Order: sequence, then C-alpha cells, then structure tokens
Amino acid sequence: MTEKSTYDAASLPDLLPIYYKKLFPYGLYYRWLNYGGVPKSYFTNREFSFTLKDDVYIRYQSFADQQEMEKEIQKRCPYKIDIGAVFSHKPKDHKTVKAAAFQAQEKELVFDIDMTDYDDVRTCCSGADICEKCWPLMQIAVKILDRALEEDFGFEHRLWVYSGRRGVHCWVCDETARKLSQNGRTAVAEYLSLVKGGEHQNKKISLDTTRLHPFISQSLEIVKARFYDYAVKKQDFLGDEENQKKVLSLITDETLRTELEENFTSKEFEKDTSKTAWAVLRNHVDKKKSEANYKGSKYVLEEIMLQYCYPRLDVNVSKGVNHLLKSPFCVHPKTGRVCVPIDPKKIDEFDPMAVPTISEILEELNSVEKEDFNKKTKEFNKTSLKECTQVFERFVKKLEETWKGKGKMIEQSDMTMEF
Amino acid sequence: MLIGSRTKRPKNSKLIKSGAEHRLQIYKVPPKETVTLQEFEEYAVERLKVLKAIENAGIRHIRGSEDYNHLVEKEIKKTKLAKIIRTDYSTDCEEFMIDHISHFILRLAYCRSEDLKRWFLQQELDLFRFRFLKENAEDKQKFLKVNSLDYNPISEDEKQRVLQDLMASAGRNSTTADTNEYFKVPFTEVLDLVRGRKVFLSRGFAYVPKDDMISILITHYRAHLSQQLAMTSRALPQLEEDNRLLPMLSGLSKRYLGQDYSSKKSNVGKITAEMIDSLSKQSFPPCMQNLHQSMKRDHHLKHGGRMQYGLFLKGIGLSLEEALRFWRTEFTKAMDGDKFDKQYSYNIRHNYGKEGKRADYTPYSCNKIIMSNAPGPGDNHGCPFRHTDADLLAQKLRLQGISKDFTDKIMKYTRDGHYQIACKYYFDATHSGVEEPDVNINHPNQYFDESQHFYSGKKE
Repeated sequence: MTEKSTYDAASLPDLLPIYYKKLFPYGLYYRWLNYGGVPKSYFTNREFSFTLKDDVYIRYQSFADQQEMEKEIQKRCPYKIDIGAVFSHKPKDHKTVKAAAFQAQEKELVFDIDMTDYDDVRTCCSGADICEKCWPLMQIAVKILDRALEEDFGFEHRLWVYSGRRGVHCWVCDETARKLSQNGRTAVAEYLSLVKGGEHQNKKISLDTTRLHPFISQSLEIVKARFYDYAVKKQDFLGDEENQKKVLSLITDETLRTELEENFTSKEFEKDTSKTAWAVLRNHVDKKKSEANYKGSKYVLEEIMLQYCYPRLDVNVSKGVNHLLKSPFCVHPKTGRVCVPIDPKKIDEFDPMAVPTISEILEELNSVEKEDFNKKTKEFNKTSLKECTQVFERFVKKLEETWKGKGKMIEQSDMTMEF
Repeated sequence: MLIGSRTKRPKNSKLIKSGAEHRLQIYKVPPKETVTLQEFEEYAVERLKVLKAIENAGIRHIRGSEDYNHLVEKEIKKTKLAKIIRTDYSTDCEEFMIDHISHFILRLAYCRSEDLKRWFLQQELDLFRFRFLKENAEDKQKFLKVNSLDYNPISEDEKQRVLQDLMASAGRNSTTADTNEYFKVPFTEVLDLVRGRKVFLSRGFAYVPKDDMISILITHYRAHLSQQLAMTSRALPQLEEDNRLLPMLSGLSKRYLGQDYSSKKSNVGKITAEMIDSLSKQSFPPCMQNLHQSMKRDHHLKHGGRMQYGLFLKGIGLSLEEALRFWRTEFTKAMDGDKFDKQYSYNIRHNYGKEGKRADYTPYSCNKIIMSNAPGPGDNHGCPFRHTDADLLAQKLRLQGISKDFTDKIMKYTRDGHYQIACKYYFDATHSGVEEPDVNINHPNQYFDESQHFYSGKKE
C-alpha cells in the first residue's frame, strides 16, 4: 500500500471527474430520491443546486431520470450538490410558470448539527475545527435525536450523514415527514430543542416543571451515561478558574453559587481538577437540595449537563420546505472528505478523522485496479467507501419495502379488476 | 358573495337562512348573501376593530388570563360584532351573518403579503380560541362533531400502560392525569402541543387530554386558513378588475395595521452610511443598537442579525448603494472584499428586491421579532427585553445611565412579559420630556420615527 495522499483543494478539478465517473453511487441515489416512482413526477420535479468552480452557484436544476442526472453531474463536476424540495413543476422550467403557481410541495425533514454552535461550551476547538475531544458531542446528538425521531415520532427512515467537516445531517424520509408543512417542521424541531438563547443569554437551559417530560428524561439518561467521560476527562470542563466560573454562573440560586465559589477557591485541586471539582459540586448540590429550606431548582446538575452536552440544532434549517441541504456523497471542498452515511446505532465506532478523502479513495482505486481484474465489483466496493455505501444500501432497501407493499396491491387489484 | 348596488337593503327583507349547525365556525363555506358596498366596508371595519382588540389584549396580558378575557370582552362589546362573545345566539341572526361575511372580506384584504397573512391568521386563531373556550362542554363537543374532529378516548388498559408518561407530560396538571380522558391522535393534528412539548408522544401519536383537544382545532384551523389565504392571493388578480373594491381593501390594511415601513420614499437618499453610527446612539431602538454594536465589535453578524438590522436600515431610508457601502466597510475589516462580494452582497441586494423573486421585504415588526426566529448560539438579534438575561439587562440599563426609577419600571414589565411596554419606558427614559402614555411601540422603525420627531421638535 502506498502512503496516503494528502488532500489539496487545488486538485479538485482533476479528482472530481474521476470521482463522479467511477465512485458516486448513482443507482442507489436515484432509487432513494425516486421513492418508487409514486407519483411519476417525484424525481423530475426535485430541485438540485450545484456549486461549481469559483463559487458559481446554479439553482433549479432538475433531471428526467438517473441517466440525465449522471450525465449532467459528470459534465459539470460540481464542487457541491444540494438537494432541495419537490416542486409543483420541473424546477428547470420554473421560469415558464407563473411565480405564484410554482410551489415547493414536499421534502425530507432535515436536521443540521454544527459543531460551531457549541463554541461557548468546548475548551478544545472552536469554529470549523473538530477533534476526538469534542466529537462525543456529535455522538450524543445522534443518539438523542435518533431515539426521539424513532420512538416519539415513529419515523422509520432516517439517513444520518457526516458533513465532511464539522457536523452531521439527518434526512427523515418517511412519507409523513416529507409531507409536513413548515408549521409541522417547526413543531418537531422545537420539540427537540432544549438549548435556547443568543449571545446575551448565558443560561440556556431551564427545567422548571416539577416533573420532566419523558423526552427530557430519556435524553438526560443518554447525557448522563456519557457526561463523565466527555466533560470531565476529555474537556476538563472544570479545569481552571475561568472555566469553573462559567459553570457556576449557570446556578441561579445565589447562596448555593457563592458557597460553591468559596469551596472551589479554598480547596486545592492538584491533579484531576475537573474530577475533584465535579465531585465536590455534585455532593454539595445534593446536600443542599435535601435541606428543608432549599428553594432553588431541583435540576441544577441536570441543567449544567444539558447546557454542556445537549444537541444544538438550527430550527431554520429544519423549518423550510424549500431549504436546500448538502447532498450525501459529495466531497467537502475544504477537507476533501466525502459526506458519508453513518449508521446511528454504530455512532460510537464512527471516526470522522478516518473518513477517506477523495485523494485517498482515488489512490485506493488505482492500486486495486492494478491487481483486481474482476470488473464486476462495483467501483465503490473496492475502496474504504464500501462500508458507508452499505449503510446507504440498507437504508434504501428498507425504504423500498414500504412501496413494495403498494405495488403488490396494485397488481392484485389489476388482476381482479377490483379497486 | 355578491356585492350589490349602493341602495341599502330594505329593513324587513328576509335574511337567507344560514343552515349552519353551530354559531362558531372555521369558515369553510363562503357566504352567499348580497351586500351593499357600504355594508361591505362597514362589516370589514367592525371585524378589524375586533381583531385589533384581540391583538392589543395579547400584547398587554397573557392570553387566557382573567385580565386578557376582561379586556377582550370590553373592547369587542364596543363594536357591532358585540354579540359574538356570547354563547346563546342562533345561527339565523344578523350577527352570525356579519361574522361570516366580515371574515371573508378581510381575507381579501389580508392575503396580499406574508406579513398581512401572518397577522390576520394570528388574530383570527386567537379570536377563535377565545370564543371556543367560552362554550360549554356540550357545545364544544357538538362543534368537534360538526367538524369531523370527534375522536374516541383510549381504553383504560392502554392508559394504565402509559400512565407514568402521561403524568410526566402533564407537568403542572399531573394530578388530574389519572382521571382525565385521553385521546390518541397523529402528532400532526396537535402541532401546538408538540411544539411546546406539552403532550406525550409515542411512535407518531400524541396522547391528548380532553381539555387540550382545542389544540387539534387550532392546528386544523390554522392549516385550513393558511391554505385558503394562499389560494385567495393567487385568485386576487381577477379581482383587481373591480375598482370599487381594491382601493378600499388596500386602505383597510394600512389604516388599521399601521405602517409597515416597506418604502420610505421620503427619506431615501437622506441617510448615508456615515450617519448610521451617530443615529444609532440617538434614535435606534435597543434591539438595533445592540446589533449595530455587535457588528462594530465583531465586524460580522450572523444571518438572523443581518436580516433584522438590514431591513430596519432599509426602513429608515438607507438606499441600496449606501447599504452596500455600510456593510462592506464594516465586514471587510475582518474578511477580504472578494469574499464579501461573493457571499454577502447578494443577500443585501435580495433584501432590496433586486434578486430572486424580487419581493420587497418589509422590516420586522416588534411582534415578529419577539415571537419568531429566536436567537441561538452566536446570535445577536431578537428583542433585548425578551432575549437577554435579567441581570445582564439591568446592568446594561445602569451602564447607559438610565435612572433607577425607569430601570425598575422597565425590569418589572420585562419580567411580566410585556416587552413592548418595557421598550416604551426605555424610550421615555432616553427622550426626557416626552409624555405619550397611550402610544405603544409596535415597530422598530416606529421607534426611530418617534425619536427623530422628538429631536426635530426640540430644535424648533
């Protein structure tokens, strides 16, 4: 095996044509977005947008079938592909339709979790950077949201994708989800949101009912199971005075907060600062809560844990029926990594740093093709893209089960002429 | 609906029997009566008074509270639609007809833009909720039946299985969960409850306690009216031919909704990019001052902030050219000109209606800023009274030199959720000598205009 090639954005114009010719999984992709061809116009009325070289952006692309889509993508070699809504008419014809009549009608329900939104609570990175110390935030986000989407909302067809740099996306493809109105999407997104507040709201979580909604209890269980490892060991979130102050500022009960401040300054935490500080914090709070005259929040510790870990999703991404979101299997221009599907049940085994870049994959393809003359193997199965493509394949097959049933019914009724 | 000649209807003519099964409705069937032009305008104006009363009460008090109900009733009684707050009149009387017709007339007036639609929808929903909650249990049930929304409660067995979860979702009402009847409906029917996490969800179904069934109605009504408004606005061009109605309809929305600041023709060209900094200290409302300062500090604003601030600046009369200069000067302190041109100038031009579908976007009203698009991590937009921690807000007021009296007043109203009234006191505190107790702050551009008016008055 040759050394792994390092990715250089300048080489994209050379690499993308090969990627789009040999590796992009058009077949599966089309099977997904066609949704069994019911109605027939579902695929042809879907909007795609392309970002070409030099930031040229073109909207309202649409295709008659898989073949036309393949041809167009291979011809243009877009740096980025976005998937939009299914419209009332073919997007490429939108100028021939009266503006008011050209409407976005359906689209998958989508979620975008971006690591930048956690900058105020991570100590290791900021902005577009991620590392193995803050990646657990994504693991927590996927676990919490996937559970809720499945168990609370009954959504069965959820496609999770790594965005290639600093976050994850979720595409919910059930029919109910695709038909949701803007109001419906906002309702789902707000149900899933707990972290609320802009730059001038320091405390972003307040649990103030005497009982917790089952969604919150379930989410807390997931957070609690991972909190120690993430916040104490990886983030060292109580590791110095400044960070300790930040955590304590989330405690609204003044007496409790001042007592803890004194506690922290008087004790000397030599090593394992966060570990000791967290234990001190927990014990003190528990003791305080059991006192008769305690009037503060019952959920002090929970609120701290949630503020540091709970998923931060951008409601604006989820609420628009016509909102465009980056397509799975494109290449992230800045990192060169492919936007690969992830199995949410195996999120703990997923390593974003190990996601292959386009240069690495093409390198793999080269070396394999020299050795392997079995032309029957699909190209992507020869590379490290194999596993993620299998995740995608399972997702598509599960979707296809849902319209197989319908197909059978149509066959039967055709035979007996009963409707 | 036919609109007849100018002659008034003879007093003893028979009203067409409505045939409606309930005095409350969600306006599915258009009216069939004939009205005169005069009545057309009159009914519209009366309903508008009712909707304004609802809006006003909602600003001053929490919806559903005693004070709220009291104020709504008091104001509606002053209009010709006074009877609609009662629950004892028949569907054959005049009030029912006026209720029916006036709703449809206002649809015509308020379908023409997103802001108007949103306003109309919000007030009609609140009015409906107010009226529905006044009905007795029997009439409520009848209404649900008439609208095919009567569901069967879940079995006792099923209820016991999920009882713990039901109680946990009920929050403050957990003690009644045991005895309450529950209905299992698709979550899409109770979006309001889902949004507020007020209901237990399992596999796509919401377990709704009997008292919350109104939420189904609201969701249903909202979806229906929203769709109808969209359809009406598409059909409107055909109506344009009737030049009796159009001037009146557009006058209606402007007169009672107040200005929407969509085109400040008088001021355009007078405001330059250089003036903005000093104007911000003198006449900008706190929300815009905040955005201005954040931008000067970070040389950047996130999308929500750019929209809220950019449209406000357009509303005070900043031209597109000046706007581009203003944003570019500030942003290029932290990025290069190319990046600004590629990624940000499009947005600004879009706000001025020069790109995309060329809509002329209107500056956000207080209602919109407070109620929608709440700020998230890294955001500086929103309403400072709504979206700032209380102690931070108090501190900021002190730092600005606001007197203790005014600060206390502002904090009190903020705590009670009356953000626009808090803003009005902020205005009073910063414009000493102004005395207008009845003026509400409804729009950041209104704040700006009032402030400019105050200062130009002082000069004289």
